[in-house]
Amino acid sequence: MKTIFERPKTLLEKPFTYCPGCHHGLAHRLLAEVIDELGIADHTIGVGPVGCSVYIYVFLDIDFVMGAHGRAPATATGLKRALPEQVVFSYQGDGDIAAIGTSEIIHSAARGELISAFFINNAIFGMTGGQMAPTTISGQVTTTSPRGRSTVDQGYPLKLCELLRGLEGSAYLARVLLTRPKYIREAKEVFRKAFLTQIEKKGFSLVEVLSPCPTNWKMTPAEAVAWVENTLAHSFPPGEIKGWEETGHAG
Amino acid sequence: MQKILMKGNDAVAEAAVQAGCNLYFGYPITPQTEISEYLSRRLPDTGGVFLQAESEIGAIYMVYGAAAAGKRVMTSSSGPGFSLKQEGISYLCSAELPCVLVNISRGGPGLGNIQPSQADYFQAVKGGGHGDYRVLVLAPCSVQELVDLTYLAFYLADKYRNPVEILGDGMLGQMMEPVVFRNPDYPDISKEEWVITGKKTRERRIILCFALDPKELEKLNLHLAEKYAEMERSEVLYEVYGSEQPELLLVGYGTVGRILKSVVREAEKQGIRLALVRPVTLYPFPKEILRGQARKAGKALVVEMNLGQMVEDVKLSVEGDVPVYFHGRSGGMIPTVEEIMHRVEEILLKGGEARENNL
Ligand SMILES: Cc1ncc(C[n+]2csc(CCOP(=O)(O)OP(=O)(O)O)c2C)c(N)n1
Ligand code: SF4
Repeated sequence: MKTIFERPKTLLEKPFTYCPGCHHGLAHRLLAEVIDELGIADHTIGVGPVGCSVYIYVFLDIDFVMGAHGRAPATATGLKRALPEQVVFSYQGDGDIAAIGTSEIIHSAARGELISAFFINNAIFGMTGGQMAPTTISGQVTTTSPRGRSTVDQGYPLKLCELLRGLEGSAYLARVLLTRPKYIREAKEVFRKAFLTQIEKKGFSLVEVLSPCPTNWKMTPAEAVAWVENTLAHSFPPGEIKGWEETGHAG
Repeated sequence: MQKILMKGNDAVAEAAVQAGCNLYFGYPITPQTEISEYLSRRLPDTGGVFLQAESEIGAIYMVYGAAAAGKRVMTSSSGPGFSLKQEGISYLCSAELPCVLVNISRGGPGLGNIQPSQADYFQAVKGGGHGDYRVLVLAPCSVQELVDLTYLAFYLADKYRNPVEILGDGMLGQMMEPVVFRNPDYPDISKEEWVITGKKTRERRIILCFALDPKELEKLNLHLAEKYAEMERSEVLYEVYGSEQPELLLVGYGTVGRILKSVVREAEKQGIRLALVRPVTLYPFPKEILRGQARKAGKALVVEMNLGQMVEDVKLSVEGDVPVYFHGRSGGMIPTVEEIMHRVEEILLKGGEARENNL
């Protein structure tokens, strides 16, 4: 009998502890699949965030270093400089990477640090209970923008991929959704390219995943998926923000 | 062995290379920037990595990553920069990652100034970051000791899987002195059991800095406490100098320790018997010797380049047995032999009635 679907080896047999409809689990699974297909599990090191996915190390069968809120790119830099032949990636939420850790991610990209960042953008601080994030969109209600984010008082959403695009050190930047099987297939190729950018020493790579947080958005999982596609993706257009063609990568 | 004339900051950097420091991450700040400059020239030649970070926060977490990889790694800073590293130091202690932190401290608070100061004793010794943790703190008083303690720092960091801080000041960092590089060949401590490398053929490993279950976190903290107790049993270092039958015990570390030696000699000329205890480890603190010496002398004078920080630990050590006086200069002012002699005479003449503080 042909096996059509099985658990990637790198994904441990542990039930996800994320809320129903959360895409952290999907993103973990995609990482595991790509790590397996590239055959790099034995020399890949993950650096975790502080946020809901602080538990990522529980689920992936690779070495992990857990550190401080927002500082994963610096920790990953230290690891990569110490172990240049290993594959090193960070996994971070939007508060982690685009608020407190903005400096670390920008400078890692500017240095062309040979690491990959996986950035889960759910437009909110999940772990601390749904406060406004830098990626919260205009008008979005959160526990700290109860009247909706006002661009006058709270400014505009921070578009990290677009911000990093101008940096010569960043070699591959893309934004994906995981809301449909087709998008997941496309995202998997993007994850693969991010790792290859690092493995082939082309520079810094980052993948932003637009991801639902039904719990803090106060939506059902189905409503949250629709909101990602119809609203969030409007503010944060998916696609390759900086592709291999642009950085002269042969692919 | 050959004596070389060298600046303190350069000497600490060279000793680090000789001690096998593989990676250095730092952000410039006076009066310690020569450490970065020296290593930017020297480390690449040894196959090591020098990286100027975007901030002290960036630097300390780069240290965290490289330490997790089991490499010998160092950062250095001063004053405001060291404050920025405090969160990271707490994380390093929690994750039990060895590294060496060099603090060539300066005047504070705020931007303060770039003059020598001991105002960061509390920050170094009591933990400037959050949580129940300790770092080993070594306080050299000469360029030679800066070198010798740098070798030791790398060894102790590995031995205890804990950050070790070298607490100097701008005077030590900037002064030139003859120095001999005698690497003592401390035993190699294997990191095979815990180091992060990518899992290769073994089971995967995780470096953690949290335990959400309070029972687990208490267990981690008790484990750390055992390590600290072992440091207190095994790693206390100090120098005792001067009279065997002192009328007054002087206590001071680092640059002040040096000045106090001159005070002891000056007093001797005047027929006043003084002894000095110079703590070399500030954590663990040399409590026993201090208590013994203070009892012998009957009174103690603590001198610091701050408004009174270590004096609290001296008081705790002597447990109220003898009066403890204080003399401090702050803001980058360095106490002179004359002013300390004046204070000594005041205490000895007026006995227990001498002012507690000179301020
Ligand atoms: C220095 C510091 N400040 C604040 C926090 C509290 N905190 C934990 S997670 C978090 C934000 C998490 O949001 P995000 O990064 O978007 O991840 P998510 O939980 O949404 O996946 C905050 C503010 C912390 N742990 N450390
Ligand atoms: S709070 Fe949001 S981000 Fe966190 S696990 Fe639940 S759905 Fe996911």
